[in-house]
Amino acid sequence: MSNYLPFEKPILELRQKIDELKAFTTEKDIDFSSEIDTLEAKAKHLETKIYGNLTTWQKVQIARHASRPTSVHYIQEIFQDFIELHGDRHYGDDSAIIGGIGKLNGIPVTVIAQERGKDTKDKIARNFGLPHPEGYRKALRLMQQANKFGRPIITFIDTQGAHPGIEAEERGQSEAIARNLREMAGFEVPIICVVTGEGGSGGALGIGVGNRLLMLEHAYYSVISPEGAAAILWRDASKAQEAAEALKITAQDLQKLGIVDEIISEPKGGAHRNSQLMAQTIEHILCKHLTSLLPLSQSELVEDRYQKFSKIGQFSSTAVFEGSR
Amino acid sequence: MLKDLFRKQKKYATIPTEATKNQVPEGIMQKCPTCGTILLSKEVEKNEKVCKVCGYHFMMTAPERIQSLVDDGRFFEYDSDLISVDPLQFPDYQKKIKQDMEKTDLKEAIITGEGTMDGYPVILGVMDPRFRMGSMGSVVGEKIARAAERAVQKRFPFILFSASGGARMQEGALSLMQMAKTSAALQKMNQNQVLFVSILTNPTTGGVSASFSSLGDINIAEPGALIGFAGRRVIEQTVRQKLPDDFQTSEFLLKHGQLDLVVPRLELRDTLVKILELHTIRG
Repeated sequence: MSNYLPFEKPILELRQKIDELKAFTTEKDIDFSSEIDTLEAKAKHLETKIYGNLTTWQKVQIARHASRPTSVHYIQEIFQDFIELHGDRHYGDDSAIIGGIGKLNGIPVTVIAQERGKDTKDKIARNFGLPHPEGYRKALRLMQQANKFGRPIITFIDTQGAHPGIEAEERGQSEAIARNLREMAGFEVPIICVVTGEGGSGGALGIGVGNRLLMLEHAYYSVISPEGAAAILWRDASKAQEAAEALKITAQDLQKLGIVDEIISEPKGGAHRNSQLMAQTIEHILCKHLTSLLPLSQSELVEDRYQKFSKIGQFSSTAVFEGSR
Repeated sequence: MLKDLFRKQKKYATIPTEATKNQVPEGIMQKCPTCGTILLSKEVEKNEKVCKVCGYHFMMTAPERIQSLVDDGRFFEYDSDLISVDPLQFPDYQKKIKQDMEKTDLKEAIITGEGTMDGYPVILGVMDPRFRMGSMGSVVGEKIARAAERAVQKRFPFILFSASGGARMQEGALSLMQMAKTSAALQKMNQNQVLFVSILTNPTTGGVSASFSSLGDINIAEPGALIGFAGRRVIEQTVRQKLPDDFQTSEFLLKHGQLDLVVPRLELRDTLVKILELHTIRG
């Protein structure tokens, strides 16, 4: 059962035992129903205990799970009449970022999403969800288009980071991300960003400047990968677990830091256990936030976003009457 | 921000250059890392820390840089009261901040404020790579955002010198979000048509390169500076091929259309004054 992570083994074993007993009941016609009930109760209890107390590293493993639903799934399930639009008009079409228009509960929206790919072939084609500058520039073009036609923007963040490579540097990876940060700050339409899996640093933020930042329950969002931080701190990438704890990267951590506006609950064990339900929950919460943003005027939307980010940060002052603003 | 209006601000003060000069650890002589020439430290300093033989640009501290730019060394510093806290209780962070404060006599990795250059009023921000490698945490982000907001209020041009390894790991996602905060403040400048000039010095990488430092109306680099998004080692591991010799240098970026200019330090002040003048005259 490759679908299970190491820390889920006790649950898996119990579930297997229950299945055996069930099979026994049907085959041998012996009634094990009371034993099954006891074990079911035990399994439920164990699930609550394990999934309710996940460590940061366990969450990272769920966020990176091979079967975790990706943006393609969410786009299919959540938006009606979706049309994918391609290309940055300067260099190429980066399939690590999907962009297009569709309807959310009947309202036309522009969707921008990082896509890591399903099978090996798809993953390679999409560069495992690591965008190049042309990906960010495609996103920018489509967001400008959304701004022009007054369409709200929904972004799905799921990347280990922007692609580190020679050509990416030559074509201005830094500039592409920086420009998106600045331009997203100025759009006069609602922007809602959802971190669905991995939020890898500047590469994630490059489509992440919104009025609302939402995170799935087991997603993470970090300034540096746990492995990268461990390599810098202790010159040992295998200490990623400790680095992950220290960096405070879970949705729950980011909510406490005043960065995340709402955490979207996942089905027990993670989004991959019930991807349909996950999509429905996301849709419901997106609609709720969009409804609250739609009444705002163009300038109110810009100011709302500006205030959101200008409040983020913690510092103190040596002056007497100054605190954090 | 409103509080700023009511806060009593200090009057013009001169940055203590003498103290900084005394701190030069190299002593009387220093060796140019590029051409190997032994140079008198005094001579290097007189030459704006540029090697007379090969033109190598030595690291400049923030106080030195400000002194070299503003008229008569007169500079009114903003937000000098802001200091870092340890929001994540990150291992050793407080200790390292304290060490850097003592070592550099600075409170954080950037100094912001205003002065004049050949009479033109400017808002200046100068990062100091000696303080936590010039990394951007909450204080650096806040100071840049406030400086940009003042630039909009006063309609003064904003010139920002970057020297930074990127976002500050020890403040986690709070540091990452400073990229968005500073860029949003620059968007206000952009919409209000106030000039922003970004000067990229050695090094300008990671989250700083991928936010405010790439957003100048004019982007200028000093020669030979390391500028890039991803670290060299990470790229080497990913692409498994040899990187060009000039990879991620100012000259490399200029060649690939990512910069407006590469200007040697000794010509930089004149270039900036020219740019300021060109943006003052209205047709």
